Amino acid sequence: MTVQKTETLAVQSDSDIVLVRQRVRAWAVEMQFSLVDQTKLVTAASELARNTVEHGHGGELRMEVVFNEVKKGLRLTFADRGPGIADLQMALKDGFSTGGGMGLGLSGSRRLVHDFDIRSTIGEGTSVTVTRWK
Amino acid sequence: MERIPILRMADFLLVTIQVDMHDRLAMALQEDLTTKITENSSRGVLIDISSLEIVDSFIGRMLANIASMARVLDAQTVVVGMQPAVAITLVELGMSLPGVKTALNVELGMELLRESLAESLWEMGNDGPED
Repeated sequence: MTVQKTETLAVQSDSDIVLVRQRVRAWAVEMQFSLVDQTKLVTAASELARNTVEHGHGGELRMEVVFNEVKKGLRLTFADRGPGIADLQMALKDGFSTGGGMGLGLSGSRRLVHDFDIRSTIGEGTSVTVTRWK
Repeated sequence: MERIPILRMADFLLVTIQVDMHDRLAMALQEDLTTKITENSSRGVLIDISSLEIVDSFIGRMLANIASMARVLDAQTVVVGMQPAVAITLVELGMSLPGVKTALNVELGMELLRESLAESLWEMGNDGPED
């Protein structure tokens, strides 16, 4: 897989979540994703950015345009240095929440993308990588 | 702090969300609406989200909360104008907004509010004075 373009954004606050949505939208439009695909990408990014702020105590987003042999995709990696997730299986279930939300952040955004990868180490942080292919 | 304007029209309150809302703005709208319902004894709330390009779980939860709070205060809520791509994404995300009434546009939403108000007035009239 090759990476064609990269950008990194800080994800620390409420207003950064809005900024993440705008940047992801701009990239998805530039890559000519359909309107529904754009909406799915932006929504997933919004959920994951909020997780980074609320649970990870802030972190950053790396946006990448990636190519495999046949397809182009938009890959988003949200990384924080927060407390980490003790039980990943539980965290990925619908309705599991520690933040007072509806518990759809991780499980829901997973359904909006093609590839979903999560790594977490207690005390070190969490990194979530999602890709939507064209 | 920035606020989303709430318009009053007879018995109803109208809100048009035209900005990409950050979370605190959504929370403020929730509070402002409940206050206005009580102040004006409003019977219905119409929320136009036709300019919203996404509804994530946070905004979805805000809409559901507004509908529940309004119901407790004896007011109906109708959410109108959701874009098709937003509807597709919202359902895939796992939110079907249970308990939130929706209509395709402002006109149909107002009709729905008027009907439900007429219905509740009729019910009141029926089991009112005679008992």
